[in-house]
Amino acid sequence: MSTVAELSYAEAIRDGFATAMAADERVVLLGEDIGVYGGAFQVTGDLIERFGDDRVIDTPISELGAAGVAIGAAVNGLRPVLEFQFSDFAALAMEQITNQAAKMRYMLGGAVSVPVVMRFPSGSGTGAAAQHSQSLEAWLGHVPGLKVVQPSTPYDAKGLLLAAIEDPDPVMIFEHKLLYKMQGNVPEGHYTVPIGKAEIRRRGSDATVVASAVMVHRALAAAERLAERDISLEVIDLRSVRPIDTDTIVESVCRTHRLLCVYEGVKTLGIGAEISARVAESEAFDFLDAPIARLGGAETPIPYNPRLEKAAVPQIEDIEQAVTDLVAGRL
Amino acid sequence: MSLSAKRDVDERSFAIRELARLQLHDMLYRMRLIRRFEEGAEECYTRGLIHGTMHLSIGQEATAIGVCAALTAEDQITSTHRGHGHCIAKGAEVRLMFAEFFGKEAGYCRGRGGSMHIADVASGNLGANGIVAGGIPIAVGAALANRRLHPGRVVVSFFGDGASNEGAFHEALNMASIWKLPVIFICENNGYGMSTSTSRSTAVESIATRASAYHMPGSSVDGNDVSAVVEATTLAVERARKGDGPALIECKTYRWRGHSKSDRNRYRTKAEIDSWIEKDPIRRFEDELRAHGIIDEAGIVEMKARVDVAIAEGIEFAKAAAEPAIEDLEEHVYSR
Repeated sequence: MSTVAELSYAEAIRDGFATAMAADERVVLLGEDIGVYGGAFQVTGDLIERFGDDRVIDTPISELGAAGVAIGAAVNGLRPVLEFQFSDFAALAMEQITNQAAKMRYMLGGAVSVPVVMRFPSGSGTGAAAQHSQSLEAWLGHVPGLKVVQPSTPYDAKGLLLAAIEDPDPVMIFEHKLLYKMQGNVPEGHYTVPIGKAEIRRRGSDATVVASAVMVHRALAAAERLAERDISLEVIDLRSVRPIDTDTIVESVCRTHRLLCVYEGVKTLGIGAEISARVAESEAFDFLDAPIARLGGAETPIPYNPRLEKAAVPQIEDIEQAVTDLVAGRL
Repeated sequence: MSLSAKRDVDERSFAIRELARLQLHDMLYRMRLIRRFEEGAEECYTRGLIHGTMHLSIGQEATAIGVCAALTAEDQITSTHRGHGHCIAKGAEVRLMFAEFFGKEAGYCRGRGGSMHIADVASGNLGANGIVAGGIPIAVGAALANRRLHPGRVVVSFFGDGASNEGAFHEALNMASIWKLPVIFICENNGYGMSTSTSRSTAVESIATRASAYHMPGSSVDGNDVSAVVEATTLAVERARKGDGPALIECKTYRWRGHSKSDRNRYRTKAEIDSWIEKDPIRRFEDELRAHGIIDEAGIVEMKARVDVAIAEGIEFAKAAAEPAIEDLEEHVYSR
């Protein structure tokens, strides 16, 4: 690992692809408009010029079929990465993702592995309304056989992608659309970020926030504001929805004695519910000085109107208020 | 055509003309093996030795055998919930299949898959599938990988008439065609998707005509005529190996048994079932081989005895095999 470049989250993913594709002929990309168009969010960009159209393959608008194609190719020795144009379109491919990719190895008693990667541009905040703004990571996180990650930085976007491509099992990557333009330091060449490991982004002593994707950055911004009022917030970037790094969360809550889960997906039956339960079931329960709190997405589809859209998912001020209440014992 | 010219025409079927005696014997042997395997499995189910459910292909053996006779050991298949025949035709061992049906660790899927997920990856069977049409796009992807990694290898996707009404069928055939992939789509049209007849569920009379929507050759053959099946498949395989892309073959056949073990056969008449039993593909092939002197009565008796021994030994092997360990419940969810 030599030089470090300042890249956007989207460029970091593209750099990850270039690294993997140069090193391994088996890596092929599939997706809608990922070729000359460069991908709906310009992630694949010029890769078709660098690696050719038999490795950067435009598919028809056939999410279910393309998912099956990627799975079959993976079983037969390729390392396919399938881009969904929006994570919402996973709904079209749920059969192949959940019944085939996730279960094939188990159903066959370990006779095959399915090293497929699927990428899902995800989340709200772009005015794309109800069918192009969902956060569905909990859907796929519910399925044994899948691994599900949510990178929050350019560094992790590349490192988790490379880890996913090298992983022998199906890995689902939820990339937040609001992060594609975010800049950050990205090492050149090959490195990986381990799947299943959370990262403490900010150390604190009064409360722990567990967040992922864009919510990590909102929690960090809230932590800055709270620091001005002498409230010390620890921010954990979950990074991996399946498997969940319970140890890092429990260790943190044992120190801070308070937990707030912040997630963009619909609050009910969401990731925060799982994290809350894991902490409640752990030794950290005895350390809690306040009930566990959750901030999640509203129980609605994502609306089009910008004010409503903003109100439908946790914002910096919501996190700031929730932590203030938690620390004051008002929750 | 003059009478004299007609005398020169070889009226023997494709299989008799083109296939070696040994292969024809093996095809008849495996057709019988499928029949007796399923009868044996059904009997074990009735006696409570096998739980769950199963979908029997009795009456459809010529399709599985005819298709796989046109393939090499390196070629691959994806199969269906009615997939026991495909599995045996591609080269699986019945004792390991029985062990799977009995839920034993020695089974092909270590007892985790059962009848509906039976697979033998080593012989090229990527697996049966509990989802109608689930295997079709997977076959297309397998062919995409083969073109890069194993040129010349062909993938066959078996599916039923009902699967041709699923979206996955449409998406997969379209992609196979635009990318000219070495994959062959075999529709086993047995007339019913569970209880719903094709005339009630399917807008076209012949599913083969759907091939034109994907700009690929489509043909419809008598699925109870093993020679017709092997001939159509051979043509499609040659084409696919040359890089000329996919083909769709409809094999018209019939399942003698119900859809699954819960079927009470309320949707079809005894007369209809009997009329198809009259068209038994095994007896038909046997008669053909006998008529051409390829097998004699003694050979048939010997073959039947060999099949019976394989089935009996397979069931005994499965009975005696070990159960999976409870502590291994979570094994194989992930590779690591």
